[in-house]
Amino acid sequence: MSDLYPPVVLDHSRHPRNRRTISGCAHVATGENPACGDELRVFLALNDFETIDDIAFDGKSCAIATASASLMTEVLLGKTRVQARALFDRFYTIVTGGANAPDDGMEAEVQRLGALSALRDYPVREKCATLAWLAMLAALESADRRA
Amino acid sequence: MLDTGHTVTQSPVAESGSNGAALDVEAVRADFPILHRPVRGRPLVYLDTAASAQKPAQVIEAERSFYTAENANIHRGIYFLSQRATELYDAARRKVQKFLNARRVEEIVFARNATEGINLVAASFGEAYLKPGDEVVITGLEHHSNILPWQFLREKKGIVLKVARLNDRGEVPLDEFTRLLGPRTRLAAFAHVSNALGTVLPAAAMVRAAHRVGAKVLIDGSQSVVHLGADVQELDCDFLVFSGHKLYGPTGIGVLYGKEALLEAMPPYQGGGDMIASVTFEKTTLAPLPAKFEAGTPAIAQAVGLGAAIDYLTRVGLERIRVHEAQLLRYATGRLSEAKSVSIIGTAAEKASVISFVMEGIHPHDIGQVLDSQGIAIRVGHHCAQPVMARFDVPATARASFGLYTTAGEVDALVKALEMVETLFAG
Repeated sequence: MSDLYPPVVLDHSRHPRNRRTISGCAHVATGENPACGDELRVFLALNDFETIDDIAFDGKSCAIATASASLMTEVLLGKTRVQARALFDRFYTIVTGGANAPDDGMEAEVQRLGALSALRDYPVREKCATLAWLAMLAALESADRRA
Repeated sequence: MLDTGHTVTQSPVAESGSNGAALDVEAVRADFPILHRPVRGRPLVYLDTAASAQKPAQVIEAERSFYTAENANIHRGIYFLSQRATELYDAARRKVQKFLNARRVEEIVFARNATEGINLVAASFGEAYLKPGDEVVITGLEHHSNILPWQFLREKKGIVLKVARLNDRGEVPLDEFTRLLGPRTRLAAFAHVSNALGTVLPAAAMVRAAHRVGAKVLIDGSQSVVHLGADVQELDCDFLVFSGHKLYGPTGIGVLYGKEALLEAMPPYQGGGDMIASVTFEKTTLAPLPAKFEAGTPAIAQAVGLGAAIDYLTRVGLERIRVHEAQLLRYATGRLSEAKSVSIIGTAAEKASVISFVMEGIHPHDIGQVLDSQGIAIRVGHHCAQPVMARFDVPATARASFGLYTTAGEVDALVKALEMVETLFAG
């Protein structure tokens, strides 16, 4: 069977974590892949220390995008804005098969995201894997504008 | 090496045509080299013929032998090869004429594909005949290529675009279409067969209705000529377009049929070589049809390849192919309907061998991905027909489409793989 759907990915796609909205949340962004008909909203709550206090997502997407979003919410909880951006870079490297990033003390998170590493052999699905992450980055930007 | 791994001996398709005239699928498959290559370590099951058909060796060989022994530019030299290339190009045009039963060979214009044919009509017919407030009627089933050119014209010339709605089966009821026709309707443009759902439209009746209000009619035959053929005199359409690559021919070649009087009256689409009689800086005299619409060196080898594809289909027999595909469609519809989580989108009374479907709780891209791991190629996505997806409130569908080389064994392989998909994602 396809290595694209290891047990961790299937589990997160069947039972997504943090699939909900955050009421009164200031930082929301929507990611869309019109060609797939996919749409995900990412909600972020940042505290005064620029740390992600709460994170959630909702919307409709394929198993890869859903699992990726679900995993993302788990690894980003409690991370700072800077760490979140750095983790996106690490994740992007994982799914595109780029060079390894230097050790930044987030190896445990990177290892969890490695569940999606087979994506490097399926470039056509890259946009599925990054959908929630790009929405998350946009949500962070919206926070920037508010500051 | 030729073992496809999918038995057809027990297939209802092979059995049903009990008279000697039934299509010999295995013989047909032997003509298609690509069907014998493995994909992801398994025999290829190619169920995406509606997107692009595979090519028989006869077509591949026609292009190869043109480049090997006959290549030169056409309508140029007085030397042997140029004359030979011109003859072959002209012969291909006559094959298309015969295939469409056009009155005159001048009515056959070669284009890059159906899309270019529609754009040609929108630009040229639109320029000559459409004024602000004039109406163009299309249907809710159209491929984007039969929507955008008319939207551009709406921007440019202020025409009004009207869209005939679909019913829940994915049909365009004739009265819904005729309801939109009126004194300002100048053109009706519609697909004879829907690429997304397979619906066959009542094209001849729609042409008659449009003609009654004095409108011209363009038929997008991209999906229909390969299943139903086309008789442009019987249909009485004013224009018909199709792409060579969906007819088991090469990419890069397509056809616009147009009634002679209309093509004569229409201005050229592009300017360049091959489409003029004489040029001075003061005045240019255009070449007669069809060269007027074929600026620049055309896709010569591809036209020759298209001619070979038409020869091939004629030899196999369009009626025989139609019967085979109808049997496959019936068989596949039945088998897919058995699967609990599968819903077929588009249940028109008349369909070509295209089945769009969705699975409860499973995204089409995941369906396509798992099928690919089994060597099965289907199309997933919006099929360049987003309004159809919106009408049925789905983001995308999975689509299996069948051609003359498709076997019932391949349908079985599809169903088996879908059971795998169900097991994998059932949560």
